[in-house]
Amino acid sequence: MSTTLIPPPEGKGRFSRGIHPPDNKHWSGQKRVSVLEDPEEVQVPLLQHIGAVAVLHVRPNSQIDAGGLLAEAEGMVSAPIHASIAGKVGRPSKTTLPNSRRVDAVKISRNPEAPSRGHELWSKLSASLWNPEAAVSFSSGEILDRIRAAGIVGMGGATFPTYVKLKPNPAKPVKRLLVNGCECEPYLTADARLMEEAAGAVVVGALCAARACGAYRIDVAVEDNKPEAIAALKAAAENTWVRIRKVETKYPMGGEKQMIRAVYDRVIPDGGLPLDVGVAVINVSTAAAIAMAVIHQEPLTPRIVSVTGPGIVEPRNLFTPVGSSFAHLVAACGGLKPETRRIISGGPMMGYTVPSLDVTVTKGVSGILALTETSVPQGGETACLRCGRCTDACPLNLVPARIVQSTRHRRFDLAKRNHILTCMECGCCAYACPAGIPLVQWIRAGKAEVRKAAPPKGGQ
Amino acid sequence: MDSPAPLALEVSASPHIAAAGVSTRNMMLDVMIGLSPVMGVAIYQHGPPAMGRMLLAAAACAFFEAAFDKARGRAHALANGSAVLTGLLLALSLPPTAPVHMLLLGALVAIGLGKSVFGGLGQNLFNPAMVGRAFVSVAFPAGVSGAAYLTDGMSGATPLTAFKVSGRPAELSDLLFGTVPGSLGEVSALACIAGGLYLIIRKSASWQIPLSMLATLLLLGTLRHAAANTPDTWSVTHDLFSGAVLFGAFFIATDPVSSPLSHKGRILFGAGVGVLTWFFRTFSGYPEGVMFAILLMNAVTPLINQFMIPKPAGAAA
Repeated sequence: MSTTLIPPPEGKGRFSRGIHPPDNKHWSGQKRVSVLEDPEEVQVPLLQHIGAVAVLHVRPNSQIDAGGLLAEAEGMVSAPIHASIAGKVGRPSKTTLPNSRRVDAVKISRNPEAPSRGHELWSKLSASLWNPEAAVSFSSGEILDRIRAAGIVGMGGATFPTYVKLKPNPAKPVKRLLVNGCECEPYLTADARLMEEAAGAVVVGALCAARACGAYRIDVAVEDNKPEAIAALKAAAENTWVRIRKVETKYPMGGEKQMIRAVYDRVIPDGGLPLDVGVAVINVSTAAAIAMAVIHQEPLTPRIVSVTGPGIVEPRNLFTPVGSSFAHLVAACGGLKPETRRIISGGPMMGYTVPSLDVTVTKGVSGILALTETSVPQGGETACLRCGRCTDACPLNLVPARIVQSTRHRRFDLAKRNHILTCMECGCCAYACPAGIPLVQWIRAGKAEVRKAAPPKGGQ
Repeated sequence: MDSPAPLALEVSASPHIAAAGVSTRNMMLDVMIGLSPVMGVAIYQHGPPAMGRMLLAAAACAFFEAAFDKARGRAHALANGSAVLTGLLLALSLPPTAPVHMLLLGALVAIGLGKSVFGGLGQNLFNPAMVGRAFVSVAFPAGVSGAAYLTDGMSGATPLTAFKVSGRPAELSDLLFGTVPGSLGEVSALACIAGGLYLIIRKSASWQIPLSMLATLLLLGTLRHAAANTPDTWSVTHDLFSGAVLFGAFFIATDPVSSPLSHKGRILFGAGVGVLTWFFRTFSGYPEGVMFAILLMNAVTPLINQFMIPKPAGAAA
């Protein structure tokens, strides 16, 4: 008797619907990563992740080294925070996150004697001698401990603590690790530069993560508009079991549901997680941070931020200590052009506008995008023609116009029946709408009302 | 350090970019471009009178829309071009001899009863041009039948009437190029198909509605053909190429406002128009039934939208 090995399902590198916005990667795509010199001070937020605020571990006026522990994780879902520059710890204060939330923070005033740590970290990260064999010398537990201690969170923007995601769960074992190198948001180039210049770290990090969670297959998904990144990753992944998968350039390819469809031809159940189909998804930046944490025991304190768009004088990709202000990064890129109208944290499809540059870079900030008058939507809102372009664009097969119509008329029962809670707010509908209707904004408002009416299970 | 003059930064919800060149106005312009082969055939056949009727109906619709908007205390929305489009569709759906009063009354009803009473653009239940046409065809039955299609160039009844009366089918080539009597916009199958394909390629019209409507008529025509005892000279192609089928399928039934939103809903809508068209042609006193078929399916559209909600990705089957 023999068991037949059924080959795992393979995706075709595509998903249904979605949109093809101009990728606008030319602003910063060819700019090699440069290390941002430490600012005079950083405001390190104690909440840079989904979960509980980290608990302060240092006293005001003490000196701290770059990489020193600032705050310890609190509870099951949390992550520690480390000093991103060397200097004197200030009093507990508040700072503004890119999503406008005010959170506790710690100020660190730079120690003028200490050199910027960024150069050393970047040369380690971008080294050409990453050894893929290194991952096997650690046990799953050791890797998870180092990931947790390094304060690693999802760097694609979700900032979910990576340790929690990768910790093996016997009820739902991880079979495949999918590393997201799609960077499907227009303009952003941080992940593309990382893959091109630090491919070795991405590959080793993926191997470590797979070992941690028990995955027996690793795929790195990269959109086909980044041939250089694909080539660099393929070279780094040679003789390893990491497979580099070219996928179509289409928004939102980097969405978990779309990527899993494109790479594995699997469908995540509505309301479910990648884990429900045996997949763990991490971002390429997260993978690189894992490599730094496991191999070099370096905590996550810097990240690459694309400072880009038509409003930036000299767009760049900056290796930035977290806690730096947007103003510091923008100044390092020659400042803003006077025609700048919107500053966005993240990409143009799902990023947040910030009211000023007095906002702090966190572990989840992949880009600072400055858009000008002519690059943001023109003209006002007109009547819905029910033309259905939103329906044609929705990657989740929703009918956004119906959801919005229900929400406008405060018929939240209808909104729910039209699956408002399935929406992931990717923005394809609003992008495609000829009438300029802010569909996502309506849907967000509607979701809040629907949730108010029926609190999620477990809540009272 | 000199701080630059503070910029007034906008705060707004994502997404922060929108598809270039996509607007309501451009969609309306697209439909007009799609109509241009049809309008060209009309002008080629009937000359200035055809052009005059189109201009008159378009101007009348624009005027009435502005008037109704003013009466409702709203800023007029003429710039989006929808009223002009309604006027063109109205004129194209009427005979080449339609008198001025018929066009004006049709325009008034199309905009007033078809659109403004519902709350204007995007709110109307029915296709406004068809509401206008339905009204005048009931008010002036003679104006849309028999003799109304007699012009200098063309003599005789429309292909559908002629076949009903004499049993002689029209030549297919005449139907293709439009050298038959008929309403201004409906006569040339070729022009309708060319304009329709343009709209579909430009995504300014859905492909599902024309496809399912034509496929349904094709199926019913084939069945009728198979069931006929006597040799049937009226072929299935005659079914599709005669009367207002192609004009209706590509330019009227695809009106987004009065048709369903979901893909399956559109397929059902098109099939419904096809079945009803066949039903009216076969059993009613009128030779043609496309207009009534579309208006009836317009009425069902809210129900289709209500009950045909597509399953979201990953939903349990």
